[in-house]
Amino acid sequence: MKRYDVLQEIAPFLDNKLVICNIGIPSKELYDIRDRNENFYMLGSMGLASSISLGLALAKPEKKIWCIEGDGALLMNLGSLSTIAKENPQNLTMILIDNHAYGSTGNQETHTKYKTRLDEIAKGCGFQSVHRLEKRQQIKPFFSDLMDGCHFILIEAKLGNKKLKNIPLNAIKIKKRFMKSIKY
Amino acid sequence: MESDNKLYDAIKHSNIDLILSVPCKMLEGLINLINLKNEIRHIPITREEEGIGIAAGAFLGGINTAILMQNSGIGNSINAIKSLLEIYEIPLVLFMSHRGAEGEKISAQIPMGEITFPLLKCIGMNFLMIDSVQKVDLISEFILQHRKLNESVAIVLERSLWRTSK
Repeated sequence: MKRYDVLQEIAPFLDNKLVICNIGIPSKELYDIRDRNENFYMLGSMGLASSISLGLALAKPEKKIWCIEGDGALLMNLGSLSTIAKENPQNLTMILIDNHAYGSTGNQETHTKYKTRLDEIAKGCGFQSVHRLEKRQQIKPFFSDLMDGCHFILIEAKLGNKKLKNIPLNAIKIKKRFMKSIKY
Repeated sequence: MESDNKLYDAIKHSNIDLILSVPCKMLEGLINLINLKNEIRHIPITREEEGIGIAAGAFLGGINTAILMQNSGIGNSINAIKSLLEIYEIPLVLFMSHRGAEGEKISAQIPMGEITFPLLKCIGMNFLMIDSVQKVDLISEFILQHRKLNESVAIVLERSLWRTSK
């Protein structure tokens, strides 16, 4: 199961969710699978998906926020897990797709290929709800049963990117349609 | 202290509903006051760049944020200021204590202290230098004007602000 397959499995569950998606190929793949006004695609600031998600979760407690993050990006901003766990917003779900590589820059290995376990780090930071999914068939039943809460869900993935064009939206367009979708 | 009280009022008059902070000795009084009053949500953060992300998310959800930091934190934030705040036109307020300027006793603060204003000019961030209690009155108008244009600003707080205070 590659990242694209993971995104295909979770795509049916995006209804009523505001999604903050990691920069690069993860955003392109999400755009390809299920573009929505409620998807915020990051075009820069690698590592800040979880922080943006926290800010949005605090500002909009009545909305469900999903953060789609990668292992390389999260390793750049581990302190964020500590802040999120302390604030413990009950409307924030972090989905960490761990393919053990910097997929958008040539598949260079990240440290999760060796000894680092990001789900253990999330537990250590204080997340109460930490899960690890390793098989494709686990994903649908898991998300069908998921209740509100502050979740950290690590999904194991294999290396590999879909060959896709750049997202044909500029930053202002992404922001405007996202903010408009929150108001309605 | 008068300076801290006036800074607090300036933050309130700027319709700021979320404060993120990385501590600095110069900001100690203001941070204590924010905690004491308990009117504005305050979240300590682990690094300044993290705060840029949280503030951007809060803005998408309709909330205005201020980050309290040392000027050293600007160095930790430049990429996020440019590739998040600037390209998406998200306005943010950075309250920045100016270490490494006159009266500094820690030598490691001096290199960043010396380039703080050139750095802000280089990255195109509007700033207001506050070196006396009287100048605090300028802050909220400055913030509101730039927020209308979706522009981020830095409020640079000099050591003399607290010296001139009662």
